Amino acid sequence: MATVEVTFTPLPVHVRTARLVATAVARRSGVAESLLDEVRLAVGEACSRAVEAHQRHCPGVPIRVALTDDGERFEVVVTDAVPESEHGLPAGIGLPAGTGLPEDTGLGLAVIVGLADDVRIESVGPGTSVTMSWKRRTTAF
Amino acid sequence: MTLETPAGAGGLVDLKLAHSNKDGIEIVDVEGEIDVYTAPRLRELLIELVNKKNYQLVVNMEKVEFLDSTGLGVLVGGLKRVRAHDGSLDLVCTQERILKIFRITGLTKVFGIHESVDQAIAARKAEK
Repeated sequence: MATVEVTFTPLPVHVRTARLVATAVARRSGVAESLLDEVRLAVGEACSRAVEAHQRHCPGVPIRVALTDDGERFEVVVTDAVPESEHGLPAGIGLPAGTGLPEDTGLGLAVIVGLADDVRIESVGPGTSVTMSWKRRTTAF
Repeated sequence: MTLETPAGAGGLVDLKLAHSNKDGIEIVDVEGEIDVYTAPRLRELLIELVNKKNYQLVVNMEKVEFLDSTGLGVLVGGLKRVRAHDGSLDLVCTQERILKIFRITGLTKVFGIHESVDQAIAARKAEK
């Protein structure tokens, strides 16, 4: 069972709320202060990606964010209702030439992979989940 | 200086944009959070500037508190637009947490990133 679960309407304005909740739970779970910016950004990226997909395919369906502290790792799972194959890249969002990464790599995924200790993207029912985790590096109070 | 974005409807200022011309280069000052919610406003401003034939741009990000991939995409889009007119889009940024995002995505190789507006202008003029 997740420590905290949040569902939100797939609107860009709510991504900020999800970021704030994730940062607060991560801090309370004992994630090192130096990693909180990474958690905030990675969770925001995963939620933005889900919001963009929902707005194209199912704007009435909420997005779920589950945050879990198992004592050793802090894990965030963002689950949407859109198959991974339908996520695609919004126009102009792919990486330009010269970055050293494949040009079809979404900037959002590149950022998530660069920030989280571990990342998994899986099919869950009709949709997709992005699981990100960080090792806890301090003791929770 | 032209202020483009006043306080939002909810009274919270997520993103402030302003622009001014210095030595023939349009300086765009950005303050606040650039994310999936606010990035469209920056995109609109960059498109407007290019439509008004401003092809030499410097985006000052010293007061940016948060930047995500949507914001990066807007900056890349702006760069593509000015380059189509043989122009340039340089950035001013010294904040490590923002620079880290550019490094992760490899975009440090794509943008000229400078420590001050004056340095960005000088670098651009030196290339002419």
